[in-house]
Amino acid sequence: MTDTSYTTQNSLDDLTKGQKHLKRRHSSEARFKWTGRIAIFFSLGFLALMIGSIFLDGKGAISATKVAIKVNLGSDFVDPFDIAGASFGKIVKDGMKDMFPEVKKRKERKALYGLLSSDAQYQVENAVRKDPSLLGGLATIWVSASDDVDLLMKGIINRELPENERRMSDQQIAWVDSFIREGKLDRVFNTAFFTNGASQEPELAGILSALMGSIFSLVICFVLSFPIGIMAAIYLEEFAPKNKFSDFIEININNLAAVPSIVFGLLGLSIFLNTFGLPRSAPLVGGMVLSLMTLPTIIIASRASLRAVPPSIREAALGMGASSVQSTFHHVAPLALPGMFTGAIVGMARALGDTAPLLMIGMVAFVVDVPKGFLDTATALPVQIFLWADSPERAFLEKTSAAIIVLLIFLIIMNIAAIILRKKFELRF
Amino acid sequence: MAIIDPEINFAEMPVDFVNSNRSKTIEKLIIIVMIMCSLIAVLVTIGIVASLIFEAINFFQRIPFLDFVTGVKWSPQTALRVDQVAAEGAFGVVPLFTGTLLISAIAMLVATPLGLASAVYLAEYAERRTRDWIKPMLEILAGIPTVVYGFFAALTVAPFIRWTGGSMGLEVASESALAAGLVMGVMIIPLISSLSDDVINAVPQALRDASLGLGATHAETIRKVILPAAIPGIAGSLLLAASRAIGETMIVVMAAGLAANLTANPLESVTTITAQIVALLTGDQEFDSAKTLSAFALGLLLFAATLCLNYASLRIVKKYREQYD
Amino acid sequence: MANTPIITARDVDVHYGDKQALNKIALDIPKNKVTSLIGPSGCGKTTFLRCINRMNDLVPIARVNGEIKIVGQDIYAPEVDVVALRAQVGMVFQKPNPFPKSIFDNVAYGPRIHGLTKNKAEMQELVEWSLKKAGLWNEVKDRLEQPGTGLSGGQQQRLCIARTIAVKPKVVLMDEPCSALDPIATAIIEELIDELRQNFTIVIVTHSMQQAARVSQRTAFFHLGTLVETGPTKKIFTSPEDERTQNYITGRIG
Repeated sequence: MTDTSYTTQNSLDDLTKGQKHLKRRHSSEARFKWTGRIAIFFSLGFLALMIGSIFLDGKGAISATKVAIKVNLGSDFVDPFDIAGASFGKIVKDGMKDMFPEVKKRKERKALYGLLSSDAQYQVENAVRKDPSLLGGLATIWVSASDDVDLLMKGIINRELPENERRMSDQQIAWVDSFIREGKLDRVFNTAFFTNGASQEPELAGILSALMGSIFSLVICFVLSFPIGIMAAIYLEEFAPKNKFSDFIEININNLAAVPSIVFGLLGLSIFLNTFGLPRSAPLVGGMVLSLMTLPTIIIASRASLRAVPPSIREAALGMGASSVQSTFHHVAPLALPGMFTGAIVGMARALGDTAPLLMIGMVAFVVDVPKGFLDTATALPVQIFLWADSPERAFLEKTSAAIIVLLIFLIIMNIAAIILRKKFELRF
Repeated sequence: MAIIDPEINFAEMPVDFVNSNRSKTIEKLIIIVMIMCSLIAVLVTIGIVASLIFEAINFFQRIPFLDFVTGVKWSPQTALRVDQVAAEGAFGVVPLFTGTLLISAIAMLVATPLGLASAVYLAEYAERRTRDWIKPMLEILAGIPTVVYGFFAALTVAPFIRWTGGSMGLEVASESALAAGLVMGVMIIPLISSLSDDVINAVPQALRDASLGLGATHAETIRKVILPAAIPGIAGSLLLAASRAIGETMIVVMAAGLAANLTANPLESVTTITAQIVALLTGDQEFDSAKTLSAFALGLLLFAATLCLNYASLRIVKKYREQYD
Repeated sequence: MANTPIITARDVDVHYGDKQALNKIALDIPKNKVTSLIGPSGCGKTTFLRCINRMNDLVPIARVNGEIKIVGQDIYAPEVDVVALRAQVGMVFQKPNPFPKSIFDNVAYGPRIHGLTKNKAEMQELVEWSLKKAGLWNEVKDRLEQPGTGLSGGQQQRLCIARTIAVKPKVVLMDEPCSALDPIATAIIEELIDELRQNFTIVIVTHSMQQAARVSQRTAFFHLGTLVETGPTKKIFTSPEDERTQNYITGRIG
């Protein structure tokens, strides 16, 4: 009979095998842990890279370049009683000619005028209107430089490159340098970015019209989705009997929360614009579409806050002879309200950044004038970013990145507000 | 004057159980208003389905359904003149399908390992404090508007991939599917990581204890016990993420192309259903042309697809919950 | 006449789904006395209590059969508005649950919704009276605007009692009102109950036999959903008729 007993030697062998195996298992565990860390590191790294690069690209937008030009505002050129009648374009050009008398050829002169923003003549006119004492002789007026000069000052147009590889000629750069030497070039805070509407010229482009469009749309969105949302949530959570019908409503809401936003845009296009004939590109319609999108979010968040109110409160109220309606609206809903507001803010933040549905309803126009009402043609901040991102002009890169920074700042503020609200009203029951 | 007579014995006061002080009509009204608000959600769904179907039917009266669904050429055009013959253009949706699938597949390939690995680490290994600030930071990825992702994809990622590919001798389009898919993948990481994290945490401690009690390492417990138990929930999160990827618009509009290209090569440029919807509807359009209506047919397709994915996700997660309740 | 029952229950059955919780309960509750319902956990005493103010209506699977009359009126009759009922049959719960409002508003809420006062002066009088009757006035009279949730456990429960009596009910139901409180707070409330019976009829559920003996004049012993015995408190605790009662008070079951 063979000896099949488990000997001491077998047991020792198993022990060493087990120990070697154990080492392998532990190192496999360490590797496993590291995969997790690397995954998180990569994700957050991507985030940092994205935000960082956009920030670097956009931070320059906070400054704009202005140059001082000497123009002749004598009575031959500007009639003090008819300012509008003056030809400021010519005044500006003459001023430049006088400042650089050596520039004679037409092509060179064109390059010279190109150093100024196309808006320069209107800026001179505005300066004159604001301060008529400037009239009557020579005056030095600060106007916006062209976007190329701005890029040069920010180092984006590289002086080191050979002339045919950059946007500004050596001659233009020399002129700019002479402005600098004479103290006639200054970099100032770029108020235009915050006070102007869209523009073809990057140095004049501003986000105000887009911002106002977004604000108007969000106001409509809140006004429509918040009351309807909380009423629906209160009904579903506190009053609705648990039956097939209320289940059906709940399924609908959960589904709507996951529908791609572009589909809401299609709905807006076909029903709001086509069937109801509401005006295209109006914040009213934009707000309506956004409110449809935000409604499920608000309902779901509000139901969660209602559920968090302890049942003892309801019992106390009902035990005293309050009706369900009284108990809910006098006691339960007020306690859930902060949570509902938090949900609304989160929903608004999402609506602020959503572009696709607004494209569908036409809020994609080139809007120069700042919209003043809910029916004025408008665009929204994320749409403006989208449009500028498409622009081939190099200077728009900075503006687009800056607009993204503004958008992100708004989102950060909203989210911080939501967090503060949640923390402040976390009642201890 | 005193409203309370201290000697009064309430036990002897008459009773009335029929009349109360509240206004029953106002309360009924409030309830009716609330019911109407709840029905609005249903109304919206009906509105979406109805408008999409209505316009799509309109479309399918001009372009046969079969051609739409099986056609491999997509170049939507409208007749410029009434008598123009070969002007209907091609409305075959297959290249849009494949484009959408290609980019979404790349996105899922990026997001799934990263999302799951993050979720496992956060749920099983990270200390409370670390988890408390890493989880919100990952959520930030989900909160950034997609137009920002699209901008970054078009401006930085796509040229980078092109340059890398070029230096390796590969031909990469300037608007490659890879670039769009990669960025989209990062965007949906939090969807997978958050949901999977919740699911993994929900696996009962009893299972962990049993495995560790047998002498398994933590990693082995995760790989062999916890993850298999959490698979339905994780699958649900993956379906939800896929649904999000398919419906994503801005990243693809800005970073993928508009050229309908039937290919499986991620280095080429493809277009998706959502990008085409945008292209068809921005700019001047008459409402009745086949071109504009095709956008609604595409929208219907998109809605149906995401509906199925969402429904499947819900069913799987529900079945999973039944296991542990 | 001093002993006319104010509440009469006949043939009361309660089912939660398929489970039967109460079986043919017949009980009379006398006016202006404290009646205690005792018995081991799960015997149905709280279920019965909650039938009297129809709080069991809130449980979807609960079915109540039988007849309960208060001052001769069937409270389950179809024309009865349960809201009106609860205004006149008040309840104090096991765990104090003041509203997260000011002390004043806690007490004023009931009278406000039932329209018991015509102006601010009357309301202030009513609140003061309720708080005095609940033995809480001296402790809170200087801080009526402070939240009710900031009081101690015993004070909160007295606040709940105050707001219950502010509505001027006929009957006050109490569901183990002292079980969440310390002995000192318990003693204060037991004293309060004894005073309150001059103006109200009180029914109290308690799991402490000693409390029942201290506080009530009549006692009803419940066991496994049936009413086993009822009678004057002294008799129940010294010479009960039923063996089960005897076993409970001697601690053999419970």
